[in-house]
Amino acid sequence: MATESAAMFDTDELVLNMGPQHPSTHGVLRLVLRLDGERVKDVDVVMGYVHRGIEKLSENRDWTQIILLTDRMDYVAAATNNLGYCETVEKLMEVEVPRRARYIRTILAELQRIASHCLWLGTHAMDIGAMTVFLYAFRERELILDLFEEYCGARLTYNSMRIGGLPLDLPSGWDAKVRAFCDIMDSKVEEYEELLTNNRIWLQRTRGIGVISGPDATALGLCGPPLRGSGVYRDVRKDEPYAAYDEFEFDVPLGTRGDTYDRYLIRLEEFRQSIRIIRQAVDGLPEGPIMGKVPRLLKPKAGETYHAIESPKGELGYFIASDGRSTNPYRFRVRPPSFCNLQGLRPLVIGHLVADVVALIGTLDVVLGEVDR
Amino acid sequence: MVDDQAPGDDKAAKPADGGAPASPEVTPAASPTPAVAKPAAAAAGTKPKPKPKPKAPPEAPKGPTDPPPPDDLERPAYLVALQEALPDAVQAISYWVGDWTVIVPATALLDVARFLRDDDVASFDYCSDVTASDWPPREQRFDVIYCLYSIRRRHRIRIKVRAGETEPVPSVTDVWPAANWLEREMWDMFGVNLTGHPDLRRILMPDNWQGFPQRKDYPLEGPGEFLLESPMEWLRLRNMVDETEME
Repeated sequence: MATESAAMFDTDELVLNMGPQHPSTHGVLRLVLRLDGERVKDVDVVMGYVHRGIEKLSENRDWTQIILLTDRMDYVAAATNNLGYCETVEKLMEVEVPRRARYIRTILAELQRIASHCLWLGTHAMDIGAMTVFLYAFRERELILDLFEEYCGARLTYNSMRIGGLPLDLPSGWDAKVRAFCDIMDSKVEEYEELLTNNRIWLQRTRGIGVISGPDATALGLCGPPLRGSGVYRDVRKDEPYAAYDEFEFDVPLGTRGDTYDRYLIRLEEFRQSIRIIRQAVDGLPEGPIMGKVPRLLKPKAGETYHAIESPKGELGYFIASDGRSTNPYRFRVRPPSFCNLQGLRPLVIGHLVADVVALIGTLDVVLGEVDR
Repeated sequence: MVDDQAPGDDKAAKPADGGAPASPEVTPAASPTPAVAKPAAAAAGTKPKPKPKPKAPPEAPKGPTDPPPPDDLERPAYLVALQEALPDAVQAISYWVGDWTVIVPATALLDVARFLRDDDVASFDYCSDVTASDWPPREQRFDVIYCLYSIRRRHRIRIKVRAGETEPVPSVTDVWPAANWLEREMWDMFGVNLTGHPDLRRILMPDNWQGFPQRKDYPLEGPGEFLLESPMEWLRLRNMVDETEME
């Protein structure tokens, strides 16, 4: 009798397909979940739906044309993609970038970080059920897009940097607008905190969800806020300073528990640190040229290099090989932070409920344009 | 080493300049007049120079330069430790624009990887990137590249393994779990013969894809654009391919 009833209530494994057309997968990510009831037993991550072959394309375009291809990878943080690429080529060519250009690049990169985190905060909160934050965060993101539009004319894919410097100097009065934005943003971060940080529902949905230890996160190659959320001190801006970051003071927030709530707190603190960097950069903006001495026809000497920057998602690295005779790179490789963070999804998700899967995709902050390239 | 490179560039530039004296040589042939100009050009030695010039462009690069470090540059402690511990494993050391690279044979890769991760001086606990580059004319056409970083010691190194098309390269997923997807992507794009990988499937390309897109002999444009330009020609080619496959 006992075995018979056990057979009656035996649970079968259910395979659930989530995506690629699912609103909370933030693009075209497909997850094949193996469920026991509502618990996730295993997950297979399927991607490549927006693979455009940017690496292959770049190997057949010249060095300047590639800048606009990098815009299309992490399309919510185009300026940091530009920065990483331009710095890598500058390293390969041993070009010195003027100080003013490095300052402006830092301002653009930090504005971009705030914009990217605004988008993350809005969508992540909406996935979990807090609709209001989405509208608030997008309101502030809009201000940054306006600033970018005034600087370079585009709102999403900026093409805002050149190898050796910048295409444009700042429009007059722009720095005052950036200062005004920093003042607005200060109070808005407080507003987000009031909405979420002590919210009981938010705490229950994020505390203890998707815990990963520091050594595990390091071994898995996580980067950016997910790695710092586990208490690992790793920020490319501090460890291997680029642009003008070695001239500014800022702190690197670290988590203690390594759960979704810690990763949320870190990104909120990064808002404040970014504002702090922007204020220092705008106040100390030096005068001078914005373009270094770069030959008209770019032809780096034969050689290879890898250079990484801290994009809003984590360590964005470029590996570029030049054969020294053609006007395009021989090998162009992007180390995409979203791709490496997405690799951490499987260990995070196993054992959690289906509803938490949505929260965990959000906490990793992946952009599928960058995962697939 | 930068100085070494510079004369090489000059040499490459000279034949291009030599093109200018070569063109007057053509004009006398077209105009009936001076036969005097011809021997003059030959005497100046311009004639044999243009000959190797057209050969140069089609010749694909033979491989990365991998320049050795200058003698007066001090090697970092982790490289010294690696060479002491595994003297046979290090084939060459390269230095370029501040990046150190060790070139190791595929058979010694796992030993080197474990040593670099576990040794106290090196402690490369973070695998930033795994990728490859393809240099087809070379016998060992692939360079498999591992970009490593040490979070504790804050330094970088690259390991480079040269491999032929079928030569096995062991997977480093056991050493750094981060390499799992990165190696899958590398295999997907280059078709390097990876051994010991726990989950070797295509990751970005569709599962039934033929060929390895990042190889240098893989065309940039597929049939798509060709189909739009001349559909009949495309159909003829496709039928030809189908017939050969049936045979």
